[in-house]
Amino acid sequence: MKIITGNDLKTGAVIWWAGDGWSPHVEDSVDVGETGETLLARETAALRVNGGYVVEATQTPEGIRPDHIKERIRALGPTVRLDLSLKPADPTAGDWVI
Amino acid sequence: MYRYDQYDQAIVDARVAEFRDQVARRIAGEMNDDQFKPLRLKNGLYLQLHAYMLRVAIPYGTLNSKQVRKLAHIARTYDRGYGHITTRQNIQYNWIKLEQAPDILAELATVEMHAIQTSGESIRNISADQYAGAAADEICDPRAWAELLRQYTTFHPEFSYLPRKFKIAITAADDDRAAIKLHDVGLKIVRNAAGELGFEVYVGGGMGRTPFVAPLIRPFLPADRICSYLEAVLRVWNRHGRRDNIHKQRIKILVHDLGGEEFTRQVEAEWQAIAPQMDDIPMKEFDRIAAYFTPPAFETGLSDEIDLSDPDFARWVKHNVHAHKQPGYAIATISLKAIGEIPGDISADQIDVVADLTERYSLDDLRATHAQNLVLPHVRKSDLYTVWQILRDHDLATASLDLVTDIIACPGLDYCSLANARSIPIAQKIADRFAAYDVQNDLGELKIKISGCINACGHHHVGHIGILGVDRKGTENYQLLLGGSGAEDASLGKITGPGFDEDGIVDAVGRTIDKYRAIRADGERFLDTYRRVGFEPFKEAIYG
Repeated sequence: MKIITGNDLKTGAVIWWAGDGWSPHVEDSVDVGETGETLLARETAALRVNGGYVVEATQTPEGIRPDHIKERIRALGPTVRLDLSLKPADPTAGDWVI
Repeated sequence: MYRYDQYDQAIVDARVAEFRDQVARRIAGEMNDDQFKPLRLKNGLYLQLHAYMLRVAIPYGTLNSKQVRKLAHIARTYDRGYGHITTRQNIQYNWIKLEQAPDILAELATVEMHAIQTSGESIRNISADQYAGAAADEICDPRAWAELLRQYTTFHPEFSYLPRKFKIAITAADDDRAAIKLHDVGLKIVRNAAGELGFEVYVGGGMGRTPFVAPLIRPFLPADRICSYLEAVLRVWNRHGRRDNIHKQRIKILVHDLGGEEFTRQVEAEWQAIAPQMDDIPMKEFDRIAAYFTPPAFETGLSDEIDLSDPDFARWVKHNVHAHKQPGYAIATISLKAIGEIPGDISADQIDVVADLTERYSLDDLRATHAQNLVLPHVRKSDLYTVWQILRDHDLATASLDLVTDIIACPGLDYCSLANARSIPIAQKIADRFAAYDVQNDLGELKIKISGCINACGHHHVGHIGILGVDRKGTENYQLLLGGSGAEDASLGKITGPGFDEDGIVDAVGRTIDKYRAIRADGERFLDTYRRVGFEPFKEAIYG
């Protein structure tokens, strides 16, 4: 599947396209098929995303998992500072990245 | 240290106002990202993996306590409670909001700081020996010359739209603590036979995708001619630099392609052509700047004795304290390499502790080092024990300078959008493996440097042991390099062979070190042994 990530223009926070808006959680992503670039152009022009791009991902039993480690780290946060990640209470959260 | 005059302050304040307007226009949609990106980069603002990152300039690594406290305040107020000391003696914050960036720059301006030219195709922060003005082995304080060049090059039209970024380092001691031969221009202050001050000029060094050790293009340049000579260097580069290919734009490529001799000939010809048409900076102006770097009011008659009866303190003194030019004083390095922690990271609370120490015990002078540590350059020897106790209580007193756990590591894929692999976890695992002090002490000087991509922000090319993270079909892979040095004996490391996964690279480092232990001669550093026996014995030990 293909999903879209980018950064919030004002805050820089990592966001994911959720079909009807942007979410900080990768598990909210939707498959955009071949419409990614069109969607991105629209959302970028509307100032709702900055630096967006389409990435490959896989639907797993645990949820959507980007295929490349870079986007998995984007989705979670720094593996060396899990306290600053989206799952600060889960000491094993980094395992999902690797 | 240098203090802004009304012109400096006006320039920085105007830049803040300009950027505030640019940010507002970007948020309002009056500029797109292609238009805005070069403007934010000129103010040190990157868009990284998780957020905007602001890189704040610390000219030649020098700070006073007021500035340090401001850095803590920014970490606490605008970031997530910490900062990261970089390999260009700067500090960067990883969680910046675009809408707050102008406020941060305004706060920095109140303490004579900024983020200008910490990014983009410009002359970057001029780095210097972190012991400048204190080192027992220096000819003079190189920071006055660094400040002169900073003022000369900042916003200079010839240097504003360079083919690529440009890095200058300067030192005034035989021990090269600023890696000058790995810079676009490296300057070493020397005296000639007549006792006159001048520079050894090295041009065309660098790391990144295509590393080179800079050749010496002029063994003695009279000090008062530095500006015109530097301009001649940059004009030759501006004329021939490969703007058509991003991988060939740095001046090191031009020097390599032309050859050191031909490049030197062209620079000398250019210099002869422009020198009559331009004045070098008048020495009166240099003297004005140099006055800011006159030695502080050292006390005299102090004892050189240090009570080393506390063994932990004695270890710290052995590794982290260095000779000062003034009797009764010492240079103390604050380690940002506590075992298990992130190299170069420092919390806001720790920054405040350092600010207090700077003000109270180091004549209001602090340095950032390219090895991602901090330095209190002027500590009375009688105060060292107190300083150490305070550092120890805040996890800042690891006795490891230049030892195996004093690892340089770039932010890597945990933070950087350019990275291919994580650097920090590798540094942490290696540090954990060699954490025992007796092991580190036995190994002696052993510099490990780790980069998460070929851009080499972690200086892997010049690590005694270097590690380069690469992307291998979507997974992290790590190449091992041996034999590099960023010091006066500069050399580039050689890749050992096929790469390793995360645990494999740590084991490979372990086997490398085991081999060193087995074959070293008395008193030999790792690098000495490697240079004596060569590459093959280590390769055999690593791959079997």
